Amino acid sequence: MSTVAITVNGTLRSEEIEDRLLLVTFLRERLGLTGTHVGCDTSQCGACVIHLDGRAVKSCTLLAAQADGCEVTTIEGLSRDGLLHPMQEAFREHHGLQCGFCTPGMIMSAVDVLRRIPHPDEETVRHELEGNICRCTGYQNIVKAVLAASGAAA
Amino acid sequence: MDNVTYHRAKTLAEAERLLAAHPDAKLLAGGQTLLPIMKDRRLSPANVIDIARIPELKGMRDEGDALVIGANTLHADVLTDPVVRGRIPALTDLVAVLGDPHVRHLGTLGGAVATNDPAGDYTAALVALDATISTNRRDVEAEAFFVGPFQTVLGEGEIVTSVRFPVPRRAGYEKFRHPTSRYALAGVFVAELAGGTVRVAVTGAGPRVFRLPAMEAALKANFSPDAVKQAEVPASCLGSDIHADRDYRAHLIHVMAEKAIVKALAM
Repeated sequence: MSTVAITVNGTLRSEEIEDRLLLVTFLRERLGLTGTHVGCDTSQCGACVIHLDGRAVKSCTLLAAQADGCEVTTIEGLSRDGLLHPMQEAFREHHGLQCGFCTPGMIMSAVDVLRRIPHPDEETVRHELEGNICRCTGYQNIVKAVLAASGAAA
Repeated sequence: MDNVTYHRAKTLAEAERLLAAHPDAKLLAGGQTLLPIMKDRRLSPANVIDIARIPELKGMRDEGDALVIGANTLHADVLTDPVVRGRIPALTDLVAVLGDPHVRHLGTLGGAVATNDPAGDYTAALVALDATISTNRRDVEAEAFFVGPFQTVLGEGEIVTSVRFPVPRRAGYEKFRHPTSRYALAGVFVAELAGGTVRVAVTGAGPRVFRLPAMEAALKANFSPDAVKQAEVPASCLGSDIHADRDYRAHLIHVMAEKAIVKALAM
């Protein structure tokens, strides 16, 4: 057992955990933040993507113990004052989802893409979303939404 | 995942002490290979030692004829480093297709080297560029370092600390990805080194990274994609499985080599 102190969506959470606990389980089962999804559990699908100290990572491929002292942002932490994050708004506007299961990870990844590359072209968006799998949409409207959020004409 | 005890080392000396106390422990850097195989219980170490925050393993320095990159350097940081892009753009190209952005935000050079995944990308660059791997105990030439699938010459208590990449005249990397796993079915790194030596290293196509002497000789005489068309790929180096048989892998190696040479020529 270890004690970790992780700042999640701006609030410091100090918890005693089993060393083998994955960050995604910590978020979902300890903190009740079930917006972060477990899709494949084999580090392929990206449904569990969160931001660790501002960078997109797969929370199913990280021990909670590794995140001790870090800042974590989940999909629940994106909206401000009851308003959707511009990326969430773009996904809604352009219908960048069907079943919605991949959407939290997709949006966290997309926010990270624009942090690194503020004005990507379509090819870049597709390459950068390689770590996120969507089995419904064929990605068309997801890419459209990310381009729209970047200010590009979609 | 089975029970495991997590230790965090803040310095290299502390990591060495922890390894001495727990000789069966696995070192955890980015964890992008280790954690998936612990989750499906292919490996269940009793202890892991997190070395990701050891400051002396971080950082990069330009030595003029070589770049020395610390073992803890993230793939994402190699990707965006202007010095790497300026000196060894083929390395930037390679890291750009290593894993995906999330993997690159946690995965490290030292982790990739010590893991020696037979379909990893970095191993091809290290062997082709004639890189030297430094550990807490010694320096090892890359070609002697990678022994077999997930096997290296690292001994008990040994920790990769940095890699020295000689700056080549020109180099290029190209891989054909497995459509599902996205790992290389065949990845080829072609380099003409500063002294004029040509080295060609292949990853993903066999149990370990290997060089192609026939291709190297052909390129030494004529550094062009046409030169390698007839070069032999020894069948003994190649793996064969449901994803790709030996003939197909040999074919892919030729195609990837030609593309890598075109990239090197465009530098």
